Amino acid sequence: MRDVSLSSGPGRLLVFAYGVFAVAATGRSVLQLATDAGRAPVAYSLSLLAAVIYLVATTCLLLGGRRGWLVAVVACTLELVGVLGVGALSYVATDLFPDKTVWSHFGQGYGYLPLVLPFAGLAWLRATRPEVAPG
Amino acid sequence: MGAVLVLSVVTLVAVAVLLVRDETAGDPTFVLLAVVELVLLVQLVLGVVRLAATDRDVPGVLFVSYLVGVALVLPIGAFWSLAERSRAGTAVLAAAAFTVIALEVRLWGIWVDAGA
Repeated sequence: MRDVSLSSGPGRLLVFAYGVFAVAATGRSVLQLATDAGRAPVAYSLSLLAAVIYLVATTCLLLGGRRGWLVAVVACTLELVGVLGVGALSYVATDLFPDKTVWSHFGQGYGYLPLVLPFAGLAWLRATRPEVAPG
Repeated sequence: MGAVLVLSVVTLVAVAVLLVRDETAGDPTFVLLAVVELVLLVQLVLGVVRLAATDRDVPGVLFVSYLVGVALVLPIGAFWSLAERSRAGTAVLAAAAFTVIALEVRLWGIWVDAGA
């Protein structure tokens, strides 16, 4: 399935959005961990995890192909679990999150886009599913 | 900073009109983008100069990374959009303009918070 392109059509917009979040989350977590890691280790580590997932998702969407598609599905699923989990935790266990992360409060600080992105990503991946079963 | 906000909102509206009409971005749009980018580059220089001169307790690394970041969005978005001149390509321009607005508001916030 060499011709599976994940970065054309709606995928093009998706790659841009994921790219922006990859850069934003990476910048934020690196800065947080570099300047004040002790303040909120859990929140900052989760920021870094989010950054890595965004980077992986962006890369896979860009590369395409069957393997890229598979890894992108895993990345988007982790992202969905992450934003829902961290979003819920940030309301319940406020002491773990003295400072915000990309995912806390379901991405409120980012216009809830972090909550929308994984759904958009998974929907797009579903639409571009490779026809031949992997094997 | 106000100029950037006004210009980027105008750009977003212009691109949104193209999106609704299902037209691809032409030269006027790219001239507009170039003007915004020029203002963003001026902002980058002025921002660094003002940061060096200010008495405010502005977090320098954060502020400069936003200044640089906001100036990078449009060129990347424009090239990414030009690679596919379709409605999706135009949507990328809209997303880029929106990103500039979001970053600009945040940039403003960083500067104002530091003065409080």
